[in-house]
Amino acid sequence: MAKELEEKKEVTIVFAGDSGDGIQLTGTQFTNTNALFGNDISTFPNYPAEIRAPQGTVAGVSGFQLQFGSIEISTPGDTCDVLVAMNAAAFKVNFASLKKHGTVIVNTDGFSARNLKLAGYESNPLEDHTLDDYRTIQIDVTKMTRSALVDSGMGKKEIDRSRNMFVLGFLYYMYNRNLKGTEEFIKQKFAGKPELIDANIRVLKAGYNFGDTSEIFTSRYNVKAAQLKKGKYRNIMGNQATALGLIAASQKSGLDLFYGSYPITPASDILHELARHKNFGVKTFQAEDEIAAVCSVIGASFGGKLGVTASSGPGIALKGEALGLGMILELPMVVINVQRGGPSTGLPTKTEQADLLQAAYGRNGEAPIPIVAAKSPSDCFDAAYEACKIAIEHMTPVLFLSDGYIANGSEPWKFPQSNKLKEIKPKAAKKEGDYLPYKRDENLVRDWAIPGQKGLEHRIGGLEKEAETGNVSYDPQNHEEMVRVRAEKVAKISNSVPDASIDFGPEKGDLLVLGWGSTFGVIKTAVKDLNEEGLAVSHLHLRNLLPFPNKLAEVLQNFKKVIIPEMNNGQLLSMIRDEFLIDAKGINKIQGVPFSTQEIKAAIKENIATL
Amino acid sequence: MSEVKEITEKLKPKDFSTDQDVRWCPGCGDYSILKQVQSVMPDLGHKKEDIVFISGIGCSSRFPYYMETYGMHSIHGRATAIASGLKISRPELSVWIVTGDGDALSIGGNHLIHLIRRNLDVNILLFNNEIYGLTKGQYSPTSPEGKITKSTPMGSVDHPFNPLKLCLGADSTFIARTMDRDPKHQREVLHKGSQHVGTSMIEIYQNCNVFNDGAFEVFTDKSTKAEETLFLEQDEPLIFGKEADKGIWLDGSQPKVVSLADVSKNDLWVHNENDKFKAQLLTTFFDNPAEPEHLPRPFGVFYSEDRYRYEDAVEDQIKEAIDKKGKGNLDEILSGKNVWTVD
Repeated sequence: MAKELEEKKEVTIVFAGDSGDGIQLTGTQFTNTNALFGNDISTFPNYPAEIRAPQGTVAGVSGFQLQFGSIEISTPGDTCDVLVAMNAAAFKVNFASLKKHGTVIVNTDGFSARNLKLAGYESNPLEDHTLDDYRTIQIDVTKMTRSALVDSGMGKKEIDRSRNMFVLGFLYYMYNRNLKGTEEFIKQKFAGKPELIDANIRVLKAGYNFGDTSEIFTSRYNVKAAQLKKGKYRNIMGNQATALGLIAASQKSGLDLFYGSYPITPASDILHELARHKNFGVKTFQAEDEIAAVCSVIGASFGGKLGVTASSGPGIALKGEALGLGMILELPMVVINVQRGGPSTGLPTKTEQADLLQAAYGRNGEAPIPIVAAKSPSDCFDAAYEACKIAIEHMTPVLFLSDGYIANGSEPWKFPQSNKLKEIKPKAAKKEGDYLPYKRDENLVRDWAIPGQKGLEHRIGGLEKEAETGNVSYDPQNHEEMVRVRAEKVAKISNSVPDASIDFGPEKGDLLVLGWGSTFGVIKTAVKDLNEEGLAVSHLHLRNLLPFPNKLAEVLQNFKKVIIPEMNNGQLLSMIRDEFLIDAKGINKIQGVPFSTQEIKAAIKENIATL
Repeated sequence: MSEVKEITEKLKPKDFSTDQDVRWCPGCGDYSILKQVQSVMPDLGHKKEDIVFISGIGCSSRFPYYMETYGMHSIHGRATAIASGLKISRPELSVWIVTGDGDALSIGGNHLIHLIRRNLDVNILLFNNEIYGLTKGQYSPTSPEGKITKSTPMGSVDHPFNPLKLCLGADSTFIARTMDRDPKHQREVLHKGSQHVGTSMIEIYQNCNVFNDGAFEVFTDKSTKAEETLFLEQDEPLIFGKEADKGIWLDGSQPKVVSLADVSKNDLWVHNENDKFKAQLLTTFFDNPAEPEHLPRPFGVFYSEDRYRYEDAVEDQIKEAIDKKGKGNLDEILSGKNVWTVD
C-alpha cells in the first residue's frame, strides 16, 4: 500500500546490538547508501574493546550512530530520532540518548528473560511504562529472518548472522532508499559463495518488504539530498583519508612511501588500507614492536624515502626515544597518533585528545617536533598531506594527531584532483661540491643526501653535532647554539602555513571558542546556532599546534574571553596560557565520548553570561 | 672517461678511513676489527657510496664515525631495526650493523631475532666482550655466571646467552665466529659473511682491556689457543691441538674429543656448513674452558643456508600488485568507486 512521504531535514539513528551482531557493517551500509543518495552525513562508531564481549551484556554493546540530512551536517548528532536495539542491553546503553517521542525499533527476541537479566533489568522495558512517551516498533527479527531462509538449508546459527540485513532492509524502506548499493556490496563480500549472497539479499529484501506490507507506518520519511558545494563527492572514514593523504604526498613528492607500524587500536586500519595499495610502490612493514616500527622508518628516511609510522598513545610513548633521534638527525618522517582514552591501556576503543602534551613535550632533552591535527574524517587527508609536506620540506619528524572519533567516523568528502594538490619539494643535496650535512638554508633546513649519492658519504648520529659538519661535538657553546637553532627551525614552520584566522563568526566579539582536532564539528554547529540566536561568539580551529600559526596572538586579543573545549583535562589550554599569557578557560570532557553540541552551547552561554 | 677510470680503479683500505680521531681506549680490540673491516672493504665489490654502517650504542657503536661510507650512530639496541627499514626500502645497498653484546642481546634482543628470521641481506658484526664497557663495567648478557663486576660484587647470578645458539634458534641463515686477535681469520670470515645472501651474523670475540681484560685469552693466547680452539673448514675433519693430534668424533649425537692415535681421521666429524643439525651441535660447544673434559670453542662459519630475502619478497609483491592492477593512479584512489556529483 502506498504511504505518505514525510520530509525530514535531518535524522539521527543509532544502531546497537551485541558486538557480534554486525552493527558496524549495518551502520556503514546505511551510511554509504545515504551518502551516495546525496545526503550530508557524519558517523560515530562506538564499540567495545573486546572482540566478542559476553553476549547480551552491556559491556558487549556495539553501537553505530549517524546523522544524515538535506542540510549541512557536522556531527553525528547529540540525541537520536531512531534507536535500533537488537537486545535489551543495547537498549539499556542507548536509551538515554533517544529524543523524547523518538522511535525505538527493537528485536523482541533480544528481550527474553535471560536477555533482561543479563542487561540488569528487573522488568521488561517493552512492557512497563518506560516507552510510554515513545513510538515503539517491535519486530521479532530472529523469527522473521529464520522464516525468510526456512528453505535455504542453512543452519540456525548461520541464518541468525544475517539478522542485521533484515533491520537494514526495514530502515531502507522507512527512509525510502533503494537496496542496490547494499546488494552490490553483498555480492562482492561473499563473492564465490552464492548461497550466502542469496541468503543475505533475501533477508535484506524481506526486511524491506516487511516495512512495505506491515501496518507499522502511516508514513515513510524522505530526507532529500543536501545542497553541498558543487563537485564530486565520496564517503570516507578518517583512517582511510589519512592513508590516502600519505599516498598522495608520496606521489607528489616523488618519494616512495615506507610505512612501518605495529598493530594497535585505533590506528591499525591505516596499515590495512596502505597494504592494499602496493601498486603505488608503497612498502608496508609490520614490525615486531612499536620501537622497531619507528626505527625502521628512520632507516627508510635515511635511505631517502617518505617514512611514516602510526600508533596510538601507548605506542607513541614507546617511540619517544627514537623520535628524539629523528629530531636530532633532522630527517623527514611522519608519526601518526590516532589518540584513544588513556593513560596506559586506558580506553582502547574510546576517543580522547589527551596526547597533545605528550606530542609537544614527550621526549628527553630539548626536542621540539611540529604537530599537525586533523579536525574531521575527511580532513585527515589534508592534515596528513600537510604533515608530510612539512616533514619533507623542513627536514623534521612531524607528529600528526587524529583520534578514535574521526579515525572511525565518516563523512562525505569533496575529494581533490591530484593536480590541484600543493607541490612537495624534497631538500635533496646537490651532487657536486662539498657536502656539509648540517649546513642550513634561510629556513634553517639542511640538505638531504642519501646513500648511493657518490661523494656525499657522511655519518650522522644521536650525539650532539657540530654546526654544519655534523661531527660529534661536546663543546658547550656549540650545544646551546644547536639546541637553539633546532628550535628556531621548527618555529619558522609557522611562516609556511596559513596565518590564524576565524573559522566562523565575527572577527571581534565577546567570546572565542578555540578548538583543535575532532571537536570541530560540534563547535562549528554550536557557534553557528548561537550566532543565529544573536550571540557574538566565534570559532577558531587550530590545525598547527606546534608551532602555533602566526597572528594567533592578535586573534585571541580580539575577544573578551577565550574558551577551549577539549576531550582532556586542559592540554591545549596549558599551551595557550603558557605561550600567550591569557586567562583562557577550559571546557573539559574526559568520558571517552565526544562532546555534544548542547554541551558546547551550554558552556558558551554560561561563559558569556559571566562576562 | 674519468668515470670509467673511477669505476675500474680499485679502492684501498685507506679510502675507507675518515678524518675523525679514533677514540677507543688504547689497546682495545675494536682497533683490530676496524682495521680488518677497512681492509676487506675494497674486495667486496660494492661502491663506497652504496655502503652503509649502522650502529646502536656502546663502545663498538662508535664504528660508523670511522668508516668513510654512509653511516648512522643511532640509539641503544635499535641498529637492527633501523637497518631493517633501510634495507627494505633500499635493497641494493650493502648494509652493515655494528653492535655489541649489550646492544644486540640485551636492549636490542627483540629486533635481533626478528631481523634474523626475516633474513634481510645485511651483515651483523657482534662485538662480544662480555661486559658493558661504555657504562664502565657492568656484567652483560654474555658474561659468565659468577662474574664479579661493579653491579655484581658477589658475582652474577644471570645465566648467559650463547649468542650463536640464540641466532640459530631464530633460524639464522649464516652464523660465524672469529676473534679480534686473529686478523687473518677475521678477514676470511668477514669476506664470507659479506658474500652470504641473507643475514650474516658474525660474532667477534673482542677484548675489553679496561673492564674485562683477558676474557678470551685462553682462545687467543699462543700458549693455549691451539688446544682450546677449533677452526672450522668446509669439508675438513674437525681437528685441533698443538700437534693437530685431536679431533671431534660423533658418538651417536654426542660429540667427543678423541686422540688421532685412537681414531682414524676418516672417522672424524667432517664439517659441513649446510648441515643444520650439526651446526646446532657446534653451537653447543660452549663449555667453560676451566672445566675438565670440555670441548674446544669453534671458530669460522658454523652454518650457511640459502633462503629467500625479505626485501626481495617485498619487491616481488609490489611487482605483482603492479602487474595485476597497473601502476597506481592517484586520481583513481582519491575518487574511489562510489562517487556522486553535486551540481
